[in-house]
Amino acid sequence: MFQYANPARFMALSGRVLPWLAVAAGLLLAAGLYLGLIASPPDYQQGDTVRIMYVHVPAAWCAMMIYALMALSAAIGLINRHPLADLAAKTAAPLGALFTALALITGSLWGKPMWGAWWVWDGRLTSFLILLFLYLGYIALWNAIEDEVPAARATAVLAIVGAVNLPIIEFSVRWWTTLHQGESIIRAGGPSIAAVFLWPLFLMALGYTLLFFTLWIVRIRTEILARRARSLILAEGGAA
Amino acid sequence: MSAFVALLGRDIRLAFRAGGGAMLALAFFIVMAALIPLGIGPDLKLLAKVAGGVVWSAALLAALLSLDRLFQADYEDGSLDLIALSPLPLEAASFAKIAAHWLTTGLPLTVVSPLLGLLYGLPPAAYPALVLSLLIGTPAISAIGAVGASLTLPVRRGGLILPLLVLPLVTPALIFGAGAISAALNGLSNGAFGLLCAFSFVAVIVSPFITAFAVRPNLAG
Repeated sequence: MFQYANPARFMALSGRVLPWLAVAAGLLLAAGLYLGLIASPPDYQQGDTVRIMYVHVPAAWCAMMIYALMALSAAIGLINRHPLADLAAKTAAPLGALFTALALITGSLWGKPMWGAWWVWDGRLTSFLILLFLYLGYIALWNAIEDEVPAARATAVLAIVGAVNLPIIEFSVRWWTTLHQGESIIRAGGPSIAAVFLWPLFLMALGYTLLFFTLWIVRIRTEILARRARSLILAEGGAA
Repeated sequence: MSAFVALLGRDIRLAFRAGGGAMLALAFFIVMAALIPLGIGPDLKLLAKVAGGVVWSAALLAALLSLDRLFQADYEDGSLDLIALSPLPLEAASFAKIAAHWLTTGLPLTVVSPLLGLLYGLPPAAYPALVLSLLIGTPAISAIGAVGASLTLPVRRGGLILPLLVLPLVTPALIFGAGAISAALNGLSNGAFGLLCAFSFVAVIVSPFITAFAVRPNLAG
């Protein structure tokens, strides 16, 4: 795995993979949206609002997956002192914050017709709000420290502490009686929702994931190129 | 051991003397808790209900006030390098600083909290929970706060982003602490105390190591 951690090799490989990844993400999202919004029936209880699920649930899944990937990259950067891992963690954070915000907004839009309120102080919602704050704190710390190396180190510690604390936060907020529904996809005894709803959800989840990886790679490539440009300007003695 | 006691005593003396934050944090705690009833009205029944949450939120914010100076002042005048040179491991030094911070903020807040309970019309049955939850929970605020303070050490005005880093991480203490008080209000026992103990214990044990790890690259040489 670490042979691809060389920036030059990473640029070559990611440049070849990127178009395929983008096309796959686009196709999956298109198919998922068609199945979810047009081809699938409305729910017998929730009516058409059930379709919000197809944009809401994958966003929430991605938001959590991105935090895990970010903390993992940060840990690799911290342990192996590898700048590419630091870059990966740094560039994942804004995307994670975006997916978290998307999950919160779509959840709010779903909550209004279903629960009768835009926001409730429920365990799941609150822990996601805190996840958003963790992302924002992480981004703020990156921006606040000027030098790259201490910034990478401090933010990595924050990401790891946050990763350890997240399950505790999640658990602690469940003390409030919860309105959000429990697990219905991955649970003992198989999924509790019908296959017509499961298929578009599955496609959307895969599409969201690939979309994230596409955007992530683009962001890492941009950061590498920006650094090369900066060092070129410095090498020519120009005042950038 | 004597180095540990010396550092602890020094930090406590610094906090209580001119420019130290100990009394300020206490004053902030009382003023903030006194302002809330002005905002939400003098209904004592309502105030008794929110007392736990208000006292805990005020305690969190008051502890944050003096946190940004925890390492920053020593970093700026070079004494942090001297502390690191002493025979005391940096982890133990971090623990001494956390302990000093708690003794000068968390403990005074806990001591005056019954007074605030009085202002909020808290029923007598809830007083033990109020004091005990603060006594158990505030060390976690100092410990996690120290991690935040060490992470913002390279930042020139670290105090500004410190709340954004620390507050999300200490939410479990707030939830369990305020939860224990409201459980006592309703005559329930919900196990929040046990979880508060566990959270605080782990935070106090682990934080000095993380703090020392984050402080070390900022030392000279």
